[in-house]
Amino acid sequence: MMIDRKELSLYLHIPFCVRKCLYCDFLSFPIGEVNYVNHMGAQEGMLPLAGRGQMRDYVNLLCKEIALHAPAYKKYQVISVFFGGGTPSLLPPEEMGKIMDAVRASFTLSEDAEITVECNPGTVTQEKLAHYITCGINRLSIGLQSTDDGELARIGRIHDYQTFLGTWRLAREAGVQNINVDLMSALPGQTAESWQRTLERVCALKPEHISAYSLILEEGTPLYVNREDYTFPDEDEERELYYMTERVLSKVGYHRYEISNYAREGKECRHNKVYWKRGDYLGLGLGASSMVANVRWKNPDRYAEYAACVEKAQRTAKELPVREISAGTGAEDFAGCLRGLGLWEVQTLGRQEQMEEFMFLGLRLTEGVAEAAFLKSFGVSVDAVYGETVARFVEQGLLVREGGRIFLTPRGIDVSNPIFAAFLL
Amino acid sequence: MDQSKIRNFCIVAHIDHGKSTLADRIIEQTGLLTSREMQAQVLDNMDLERERGITIKAQTVRTVYQAKDGNEYIFNLIDTPGHVDFNYEVSRSLAACDGAILVVDAAQGIEAQTLANVYLALDHDLDVFPVINKIDLPSAEPERVKEEIEDVIGIEAQDAPLISAKNGIGIEDVLEAIVEKIPAPGGSPDNPLQALIFDSVYDSYKGVIVFCRIKEGRVKKGTKIRMMATGATAEVVEVGYFGAGQFIPCDELAAGMVGYLTASIKNVKDTAVGDTVTDVDNPCAAPLPGYKKVNSMVYCGMYPADGAKYPDLRDALEKLKLNDASLNYEPETSIALGFGFRCGFLGLLHLEIIQERLEREYNLDLVTTAPGVIYRVYKTNGEMIELTNPSNLPDPSEIDYMEEPVVSAEIMVTSEFIGSIMQLCQERRGRYISTEYIEASRALLKYELPLNEIIYDFFDALKSRSRGYASFDYELKGYEQSKLVKLDILINHDEVDALSFIVHADSAYERGRKMCEKLKDEIPRHLFEIPIQAAVGGKIIARETVKAMRKDVLAKCYGGDITRKKKLLEKQKEGKKRMRQIGNVEIPQSAFMSVLKLDDD
Repeated sequence: MMIDRKELSLYLHIPFCVRKCLYCDFLSFPIGEVNYVNHMGAQEGMLPLAGRGQMRDYVNLLCKEIALHAPAYKKYQVISVFFGGGTPSLLPPEEMGKIMDAVRASFTLSEDAEITVECNPGTVTQEKLAHYITCGINRLSIGLQSTDDGELARIGRIHDYQTFLGTWRLAREAGVQNINVDLMSALPGQTAESWQRTLERVCALKPEHISAYSLILEEGTPLYVNREDYTFPDEDEERELYYMTERVLSKVGYHRYEISNYAREGKECRHNKVYWKRGDYLGLGLGASSMVANVRWKNPDRYAEYAACVEKAQRTAKELPVREISAGTGAEDFAGCLRGLGLWEVQTLGRQEQMEEFMFLGLRLTEGVAEAAFLKSFGVSVDAVYGETVARFVEQGLLVREGGRIFLTPRGIDVSNPIFAAFLL
Repeated sequence: MDQSKIRNFCIVAHIDHGKSTLADRIIEQTGLLTSREMQAQVLDNMDLERERGITIKAQTVRTVYQAKDGNEYIFNLIDTPGHVDFNYEVSRSLAACDGAILVVDAAQGIEAQTLANVYLALDHDLDVFPVINKIDLPSAEPERVKEEIEDVIGIEAQDAPLISAKNGIGIEDVLEAIVEKIPAPGGSPDNPLQALIFDSVYDSYKGVIVFCRIKEGRVKKGTKIRMMATGATAEVVEVGYFGAGQFIPCDELAAGMVGYLTASIKNVKDTAVGDTVTDVDNPCAAPLPGYKKVNSMVYCGMYPADGAKYPDLRDALEKLKLNDASLNYEPETSIALGFGFRCGFLGLLHLEIIQERLEREYNLDLVTTAPGVIYRVYKTNGEMIELTNPSNLPDPSEIDYMEEPVVSAEIMVTSEFIGSIMQLCQERRGRYISTEYIEASRALLKYELPLNEIIYDFFDALKSRSRGYASFDYELKGYEQSKLVKLDILINHDEVDALSFIVHADSAYERGRKMCEKLKDEIPRHLFEIPIQAAVGGKIIARETVKAMRKDVLAKCYGGDITRKKKLLEKQKEGKKRMRQIGNVEIPQSAFMSVLKLDDD
């Protein structure tokens, strides 16, 4: 019976953090530093009441939203849940419990669902982790970024390397067997030596998964605004660091499966692959993005507007869902219903847009896109739509076409944006 | 109208010395217009002209002045263009006048253009009287300027009105001087019609509106007229004079008067400036002297940035041509730029004005190729071709020799900058003729310069090397044999025809090098390395390389990033659309434009 169900992934946004990092352009708000636990594991202070109250209100709203939207997804089973932020690990255990209870009450969770919580060093205790695990959390994604304390300080991280090690130990001791570590290359002041040291230290811990991002200077962030004050690796150095990542990690058993993601065999992040393979995902919480049945939309970024959407959904609960969502039919009705709720950027993807996304998201994966899957989805061959484009990039050594797949060469990864742009019709 | 109460005059001045402002004051303080009706500058009613602070098209105003002698006088103030590109139009406007007011800036004194214009006015036997403007400036030296006028030009200046056109000081003195010092027109209304065309504009209802000065005879509705040089004939529909910014019909125009006529003429080509209008039934014996066909001096290719806009560009040029007989164009095709036109202009300013009007008034996005002059190519088979497009240069083996146009130039400069200006002229292959000291601290340099050396950036270079003090005037002298070569630009080994140009052999290397450097900065990095080469006769003389793009990759793309990321890719794709594809290389429009400005400093 479960076999017939369509797959759905849930993204739950927790917009709280201790303090904004200098490169961060995510939708998150600092709630004060007192709830931060240092690497010794000693609790420096309780979460201030205001912060707790704020989180409790938010979680209540989120739980309401989960319950309201769920009936539309009866025919789906949830294969992954991802708590992203912000710093979701700031959630007190009971709040996490409430959310997971709401998810279970409203959705069908597959038995082997991957349930990830993003976590910053120093924000969890043994008890908290134990409770998370009881709730069903089975994967942690820890934001380390670097093992060099100078580099960490320069980008405004809230922790040092020792703090991370403390959190790491707690996680393993609590029995979390699937852990990702986030790293960043091209940080100000970073050298080939320091990056290699970071990679090697992390490899020694044997996490199941490593995400290694080359720093993106996002407009408006303090790091961007004050960029003249920092020394960043130049283009050549930046690419060297990127190549080094693959060299070092592949030697110890991690394979790159996406531009910035590396995993041990079978430990690729199920949730994130949904984005690149265009699976259905429902984003809940402030500013969260969704794509279901080829309709994209997002929740409002502004808290009052988001709350109003949830309230409105509650008032019109009887009409919600207009109908159960099924791919291919009634996309416009579905989109209209979403617009009616005041959701943002509701967009029905036409066949052409679906093809474009299929290519530029699929090509992020090192396995690339399967020509058969394209044919199956769209009823035409890749050649019929993109023959010339693919041939040109193959000739330029930027794409490889073999075994029924098309994927980027290492040089193709370096210049993937213009390649992706060429796949826009 | 009593002929003795008419005054036909113009104002001559250097740019910025206050010609248009004085014209405004004259109009303001005479009849026909109240202050409230005044636009900031009534005469310059094209936006473009106002922005550039110059007058492109001659315009004329008739006003009524109540003089101190108790009589009412008709003033026809004929405006003249103020740039060397439009010298011929200036000369025709002057020929329509009987006198001229010379405006000289009280601080800056006489400049090269002032001299050129005054001599032009004196050549036309105009009575010239000076006024000293901007006397309220702290740096004003009216006495020194008066002396300078007397010494240099040789006209009486001691009783010159001292005015500030801007602040309305001394305007009454100017009006009285007009009555006293400018002669009344001659001619008899009973003679056969002889009228000088000094301008024309196209009106979609009335057809061409011909601006003319009646030298002899009379013209009215129903008169059958003939343009003596072009041979065109027509029947007059309306005659009238010029209110400020409007046409006021009247019964007839008679000898001594300045006004307009319409005759359902469809094309300004038929009413060439300088031509003589006469009566078909009672023609005059001979046309007025001084007519000459105006030739384009500078040519360039103009292409629509968006190839689909070619018909729009054609229509726009057609419309501009209706009003501007000195604009020439014919269709041409470039491998790099597609369909466009080779356009001929009086000079670079004229080119820039047309370009701006096309962009502004017709909303066209243009790509313009490097402007060039007309070269004469003498082939070994005895044939001679006038070359306006470098791409049409015959194979070197078929060329016997080539000639290029040369101008006589006069540069006025303060003595401290003589050295650097002489050096500039030397660099531009100038032939030194003479130096005349106008006063102790100021000299008039005379040079002969190849036209192709001054059409790009000579004026800018002149200004920058003299801190703005030098002024410049030139006229075509003739053609001279010269060692010329075609410089080709190759991008990724493909020759880009739109970037080719003719250059003197001695400057080929320098220009080629600069072109390559400039293009290197303009062409964005591609997925592959792009060599940019300059070549003469197939031999590479300079090279730069646009390195391959090192990286353009987005590290993160998760569920919430996709929409934004797609917009980013779309923007990238849009940017490409606006570029020209040459082989595998996309060249931004700006690259074609940037090579037009290769000045050193």
